[in-house]
Amino acid sequence: MLTGFDQKKIFAGKVLIVGAGGLGSPAAMYLAAAGVGMLGIVDGDRVDISNLQRQILHATDDINRPKVFSARDTLTALNPEVEVITYAERATADNLADIVRDRNFDIVLDCTDSFAAKFLINDVCVALGKPFVHAGVEGYGGQLMTCLPRRSACLRCVFEEPPSIQTRAEIFNVVAGVIGTLQAAEALKFLLDVGELLTNQMLTFDALTSTFRRIKFARNKICAACKEVT
Amino acid sequence: MLKINGKPADAAGLTVAEYLARENFDARKVAVEINEEIVPKKNFAEVVLRDGDIVEIIGLMGGG
Repeated sequence: MLTGFDQKKIFAGKVLIVGAGGLGSPAAMYLAAAGVGMLGIVDGDRVDISNLQRQILHATDDINRPKVFSARDTLTALNPEVEVITYAERATADNLADIVRDRNFDIVLDCTDSFAAKFLINDVCVALGKPFVHAGVEGYGGQLMTCLPRRSACLRCVFEEPPSIQTRAEIFNVVAGVIGTLQAAEALKFLLDVGELLTNQMLTFDALTSTFRRIKFARNKICAACKEVT
Repeated sequence: MLKINGKPADAAGLTVAEYLARENFDARKVAVEINEEIVPKKNFAEVVLRDGDIVEIIGLMGGG
């Protein structure tokens, strides 16, 4: 637990982590270690040996196990006070809204690995008015942005629609550690109601030059996802 | 001169689309902001970069 911080607020927190991979691993472990009371984990995949270089929730003995169960075991071993809710399914347009509403999670972390999934989380969270933290990694780079729906810019305000291309597969493993950890920081700040969230801006990280950049923008008045319906 | 992603760039007079092509950016996965205003993708071929512009090109990253 986080001695010196408001442990009651942290323990009352319910965070949904979509994707138990490179981003979801550090995010979930820091949130469990901090004593967040409930963590929901959504993932339909099984652990593959190629995952282990960055998906530190999972170990060699977990290969072929569903990631959500491997994640639950790691998180409850770290902190048995945390209630881990597992959703052993890929997030889809048919199930994601129900999953977010299932335990009335406070905030959603987008730790997925496809453009389609990232826009799905954006659209579902905007529709439900649920705060979420977008993140992505590729090569030596990573990025994250927090969205408070209808109060700050969403993914569609900036990028309009999912790119019709595959994402690059190679990821410099530690970049996922850096960005996933920052997603956990956003979730904890949100639960504690402290500081400034990464709203209306993208924080980018380049491991090659060890450089962070902050790119500010505003909501798009004609955004297909979050424009006001009148 | 203008500033693109924090660095001086010699690109005044080019359209956004021309600059992205010259620098090998994939226009399908980037957002472009000029002076803190997002440029709609449909305008990439028309909007011209001008001296003094502060430009940010953000590539969406899909991995996790």
